[in-house]
Amino acid sequence: MFFVCVAAFLGLSFLIALVIICRMVILVKHKEEYKPGKSGSVRVLVVAGSGGHTTEILRLMESLSPCYNPRHYVIAETDTMSKDKICCLEVSRKYKYAEQEYTIHKIPRSREVHQSWSSTLLTTLHSLLYSGPLVFTLKPDLILCNGPGTCVPLCVSALLLGVLGIKRILIVYVESICRVETLSLSGKILYYLSDYFFVQWPNLKEKYPRSIYLGRVV
Amino acid sequence: MKSAFVTVGSTSFDELILSVTSNSVIQIFRELGFEKLVLQIGRGLVRPEPCTFGDFTLEVFQYKDSIAEEIQRADLVISHAGAGSCLETLGAGKPLLVVVNDQLMDNHQLELARQLHRDGHLYYCTCKTLTDTMKSMELSALKPLLPGKTEEFANFLDRIVGLEKVD
Repeated sequence: MFFVCVAAFLGLSFLIALVIICRMVILVKHKEEYKPGKSGSVRVLVVAGSGGHTTEILRLMESLSPCYNPRHYVIAETDTMSKDKICCLEVSRKYKYAEQEYTIHKIPRSREVHQSWSSTLLTTLHSLLYSGPLVFTLKPDLILCNGPGTCVPLCVSALLLGVLGIKRILIVYVESICRVETLSLSGKILYYLSDYFFVQWPNLKEKYPRSIYLGRVV
Repeated sequence: MKSAFVTVGSTSFDELILSVTSNSVIQIFRELGFEKLVLQIGRGLVRPEPCTFGDFTLEVFQYKDSIAEEIQRADLVISHAGAGSCLETLGAGKPLLVVVNDQLMDNHQLELARQLHRDGHLYYCTCKTLTDTMKSMELSALKPLLPGKTEEFANFLDRIVGLEKVD
């Protein structure tokens, strides 16, 4: 078990290192040039976490124009509450705008609350197996997420598609409003992997200068 | 009828339920003119019986699909430090007293409550300092929390992805 963990860890770190390097070189240069919205609509993959994360991200979704269509929501398998909240929002959107489409997808959670960090690595790898094919099938133009653990494997998959030249996917990360002084673990990872990284408190902007601070956005 | 709503969120916070139903705190509620106390106790083991004594009513429930109505009805919300409850209460424009569970170590949710307290949007205490805080707090001095700038975010995102502005 120990060796499996070590091997998995080394494998993952190598993969992440590789991804980061490739990304730095190829993608960041062209970040400003990639404007999927020019075609008139943007396919969005929204990572809804659980509880507070879902509430926050849905508030952001509420404000988006009907051009963000279709919207593919990803929730953790064990999450029952989020689905209802999403449907509720989508019903109101349908009422406001015509021809809106959305789907909901479930993937295994990469980390349950209180789960140990070493086993988190394995479950993250496990959920990577699911998120890879999912991102590949949906091929969104944009991933929008705000910090549930589930978003890391999804964003890594999105990056891989970009690195492999299959599909360029913009990764937009909005750190949860709960994070005033420190980034979440997902935030610390995606600070380096996302295209646009938003924080909602000035202290974080100071600590993480590459981040974007517009004030509280939820 | 002036009422207060106490919420512990999705887990439990027995110490808070014990504190708010203690004689001394009920006495303070009455002095402040409250006639009703509604408790959302979650998974807690401490389950006070709903009752009415004199002109004071105590209501108790475990969970509801949405506590929005309870918040709307209340003149004061006393909440655990959960971000959801804090934001929902402040969003509804209700005075909020956050009681921190000091038995939960390293609870990152505290960051938000602490910051909102620094900015003057809520009061903040532990179970031990609850009585003193309730006596000294001035609810009218709390500043309303303005809604988040979701529109600005949406506009920024439009620019990022290159969506033309349609008016």
